[in-house]
Amino acid sequence: MPVLSQTDLYAAAGALLFCVGLYGLVVRPHLLHKVLALNIISSGVFLVLVGIARRVPGDVPDPVPHAMVLTGIVVTVSSTAFGLALVKRIYTETGAVTLSEAGDPGE
Amino acid sequence: MSEAFVSQLPALTIATLLLAAPSAFLVNARGARAISLVAAGVETVFAFALAVSVAQGGALSYDVGGWGAPVGIELSVDGLSAVMIALAAVVGTAVTVYAAQYCGRDERYRHFWPLWLFLWGSLVALFSSNDIFNLYVCLELVSVSAVALVALAASRPALTAAMRYMLAAIAGSLLYLFGVALLYGGAGVLDLGELSRMALESPAARVGLGLAVVGLIVKTALVPLHFWLPPAHANSISPVSAVMSALVIKGSFFILLRLMTLLEGGQAVPGLPVLLGVLGAAAIVWGSVQAFVQSRLKMLVAYSTVAQIGYLFIAFPLVDAATVPADAAAAVSATSFHALAHALAKGAMFLAAGTILSGVGHDRIGELTGLARRMPSQALAFGLAGVSMLGLPPSGGFVSKWLYVVTAIKVGAWWWAIPVIGGGLLAAGYIFRAVATFLKSAPSAAGDDAADRTSAGAMSWIPLVLAMLSLAVGLFAQPVLDLLAPAALAMVGG
Repeated sequence: MPVLSQTDLYAAAGALLFCVGLYGLVVRPHLLHKVLALNIISSGVFLVLVGIARRVPGDVPDPVPHAMVLTGIVVTVSSTAFGLALVKRIYTETGAVTLSEAGDPGE
Repeated sequence: MSEAFVSQLPALTIATLLLAAPSAFLVNARGARAISLVAAGVETVFAFALAVSVAQGGALSYDVGGWGAPVGIELSVDGLSAVMIALAAVVGTAVTVYAAQYCGRDERYRHFWPLWLFLWGSLVALFSSNDIFNLYVCLELVSVSAVALVALAASRPALTAAMRYMLAAIAGSLLYLFGVALLYGGAGVLDLGELSRMALESPAARVGLGLAVVGLIVKTALVPLHFWLPPAHANSISPVSAVMSALVIKGSFFILLRLMTLLEGGQAVPGLPVLLGVLGAAAIVWGSVQAFVQSRLKMLVAYSTVAQIGYLFIAFPLVDAATVPADAAAAVSATSFHALAHALAKGAMFLAAGTILSGVGHDRIGELTGLARRMPSQALAFGLAGVSMLGLPPSGGFVSKWLYVVTAIKVGAWWWAIPVIGGGLLAAGYIFRAVATFLKSAPSAAGDDAADRTSAGAMSWIPLVLAMLSLAVGLFAQPVLDLLAPAALAMVGG
């Protein structure tokens, strides 16, 4: 018996990706990196969901988490497009690629 | 009302706005404005019909597409949902009429109308949802349209504020989604009603609840995760500022309240309710202090929102400390009523600040002397909304604070009354500072004769109407509390 089941492995990898993305979102100042970090976070969540779908006994995975991943991908694609548009607009208006360069006082 | 009509109301309140929004996108600014005004009127009729039928016949549920839970997504409107939908209708209609003058037929603001209708429709969908994944989708719809509305001001501070808001809001949604995934992994259902019937025993489900709560706190801007709120609320165009502070943050709080009560957050994650209460108390102090030192009126009002959010969270330790369901339900009613009272008062304050900003050309508090003579209706609206914010009788703010204090004493946790009462004194500090400046006589008459496009029309009377409503809701609180009571009792498992 392996120590980790396939489900656990997916869930653990997903949680790790989530943390990597969260770290990037907080630490990286470049706005493009921040938008990419959000994508990594969502990939982590989707991987966890895919792992959870395999949790039920039998050969057929649970379709509900799959539906959630599909919906989540649609939401993420749209919010990424919107985020990129916002980054581009900030760049054309101010020439800045980070919030502090763009004159944001921080709080 | 016929039964067939009543059974369709939960869908009609959402469909009206979600159909109006894309229609408003297809036409020019003038057409979009007309569509929005009509949609606001129709929505208000539906929202109040919904509230009346819930008050008379109890909670309504609606199986979208004929599929009920657990397979389908069920809409469910209880007293709390009905109050929030009616509140959104009142504030939403006020903002729409205000914006009709503020944005006019200006093509620059053409996209305000569809985005605002999408935001409003998404909020109504959120208030009617009872499925934790569907709530995630609603949260994202609310966030994306709200961020776009903030960016609409197109100034440099508004764009950076919108960017910061977007990063925080989406990260919050994804934390919530991670929580939903783990809750589903532990329980195997998404419907809140079904989830509430299971004990959250697996560690995965407990961690899931914790993550969902953190995500929702980011979106509700509870101290110390409030960093995105003041710039986003203060730098947007004024109708947007009002909606953001009055309604948008209440959306994520509404989910938080449902999760914490229905899933018994205090038992799943011991210490969490007290932690939320402590952060709420910290928010009251920190937000008030920051509001006091701001030099711009809209920043003052935005930090006042940070403080007022704190009151919402005092409910959690009280629910946790309650030994009988009636006391826990009273705490839920108190926080719900506070959300309502704050929405009306803050809507009035931000719209008044917006009229002042448009009329005077700036909102530097130090230079707003003589405003009480120049724009008496705005100074009055600001002051009356302040009365509710201070929690003086007979305002709406007084009712929620009274409920809090009584419940805190009843459940033997009287110390939670200290931030509730002390917060009123702190609010007095920043509100009197602004009002005292308005009442000072102006040193010169310069600018007094400038053509003042805001001295008449919706921009002058809408803030006053909302401010008076924030007082009236205190005088006529009973019907609202009667509507909230059964919903609150059901949420705490009474």
